[in-house]
Amino acid sequence: MTSPPAEPTLSAQNLVRSYGKHLAVDGISIEVRRGEVLGLLGPNGAGKTSTMQMLTGNLAPSGGTIRICGIDLLDDPVAAKARIGYLPETPPLYRELNVSEYLHYAARLRRVPRARCAAAVDRALARCGLGEVSRKLIGALSKGFQQRVGIAQAIVHEPELVILDEPTVGLDPNQILDIRALVRELGDNHSVMLSTHILSEVEAVCDRVQILHHGRAVFASSIAGLREFQRGRTVMLSLQRPPAVEVLRAMPGVAAADAEGDGRFRLRFAADADPTAEIVSRAGREDWGLRELAPAQTTLEEVFVQLTRNDPAAQARP
Amino acid sequence: MILTIAAKEIRALFNSPLAWLVLTVVQVILGYGFLKRLDDFLQIQPQLAQLASPPGVTELVAAPTFATAAAVLLFAVPLLAMRLIAEERRNQTMALLLSSPLSMTQIVIGKFAGLMGFLLLLVLITLALPLTLAANTSLDYGLLASLALALLLLAASFAAVSLYTSCLTAQPIAAALLAFGLLLAMLFMGETAGDSLRGRGWQVPAALAQVLSPLRNFEPLGKGMIDSWAIACPLLLTAAFLVLAVRRLDGRRLRG
Repeated sequence: MTSPPAEPTLSAQNLVRSYGKHLAVDGISIEVRRGEVLGLLGPNGAGKTSTMQMLTGNLAPSGGTIRICGIDLLDDPVAAKARIGYLPETPPLYRELNVSEYLHYAARLRRVPRARCAAAVDRALARCGLGEVSRKLIGALSKGFQQRVGIAQAIVHEPELVILDEPTVGLDPNQILDIRALVRELGDNHSVMLSTHILSEVEAVCDRVQILHHGRAVFASSIAGLREFQRGRTVMLSLQRPPAVEVLRAMPGVAAADAEGDGRFRLRFAADADPTAEIVSRAGREDWGLRELAPAQTTLEEVFVQLTRNDPAAQARP
Repeated sequence: MILTIAAKEIRALFNSPLAWLVLTVVQVILGYGFLKRLDDFLQIQPQLAQLASPPGVTELVAAPTFATAAAVLLFAVPLLAMRLIAEERRNQTMALLLSSPLSMTQIVIGKFAGLMGFLLLLVLITLALPLTLAANTSLDYGLLASLALALLLLAASFAAVSLYTSCLTAQPIAAALLAFGLLLAMLFMGETAGDSLRGRGWQVPAALAQVLSPLRNFEPLGKGMIDSWAIACPLLLTAAFLVLAVRRLDGRRLRG
């Protein structure tokens, strides 16, 4: 006997949401499996927040189905919501409460039994590094700490799915690193879904990425798959005595070449071609003075720009 | 769940100066009125004694105090209720409640229960004034209970109307003004429209006007008449506005 495949923590099919005539979300399907961190990426106004609001029951979808651990969110919202922790774009904090009071309230709202509340709050405080400020009023905390309180609120009841809407926006670099580490840690025993428009964040913390644009999913892949796909596809080439850019562009296997000044070029390889060896030997033969040949660092950014600019409006531009 | 929300609302009220101010002002107004009437009562007491069945201290001193409290509630309840939903929306904290395993009805009832907990306190401090006389004179406890019930029912209907207007806007002050305007309109309508409708023999619309007129139902109970229709009307009004509030919040989720 083999056990049936585990139910995905979150499975949303063909979500649609319209505001009047405007389609904010247009047929997005999302799946998050157990212990996975999914990044939802997209420019501002792509429909990330609307999608997350629908997944957490804050917004009623115009169409589509949402199942949380196999429970239909629309049929049985109370049971489904008990399994979700949600941090909206603006953390829902009561400034007049202190951190510990607030987390108690959040835990009680999420039906944590009264006897276990204190332990649950202590755990959330510890995980989010809030131990020292637990008696402070939320209104008196810095933005970074408030954001952590927002995350603590989302995990205090040990939900199976944690949904974070732009968890690092407006934080300083150190705080961003802290929050990212926390998200990674959450991914060990919760399923996490987070939205962002910062590409490096997705690469740093996510297992899979889904890119939204104009309310549609334009790309979905695992980060590993994305890296594999992108490996060697775009390289930075630096030469001491560079030839004309047309020479590089004409090389077999090179799809595009852009000069970036100071002898630096960005080369994009054609599909299924790897002209790396050819470039190196040609550089030696023609005495270009090869300084550097390295995979470009901003691969996800390129995918992003390619995908999100690939709409009719952009193509119509001269 | 409802109790959790209610407890939070009561604590939020006492964390803000508003609740303390309201309690203080109400106590000062009621206390002054009460002492003034007590003074008058003591002066006319010899004349009253010559009547066949003289009205007692409860009727002449306690009942007007409760009527004053009713008038004060008309101002106080919209102010106390304005933040309930409007402030959650303004501070974008509504998401905490909406993403918790709660039904919209539980949220609304919880908020309402929290406010009623505070208003019960107001009724009790009103009741405390005439009770101070109990040591030296005999009071009509039946009438006092009836007065307290009338005030509580009135407070409930005011609270439900104010909670509903708090769902209409993200500006607490606007919610308070809306509630105040709506309550005044209902009072006028009950006073004038109710009479003229009944005068024309239209019983059903007249009954409806009575449901919508909280103060009109205060009168019979205030005289010690336990009239079941006068008890049912404010309860119906309260239930109706709570349902409207739930529907309004559900509508916001649908329309975004």
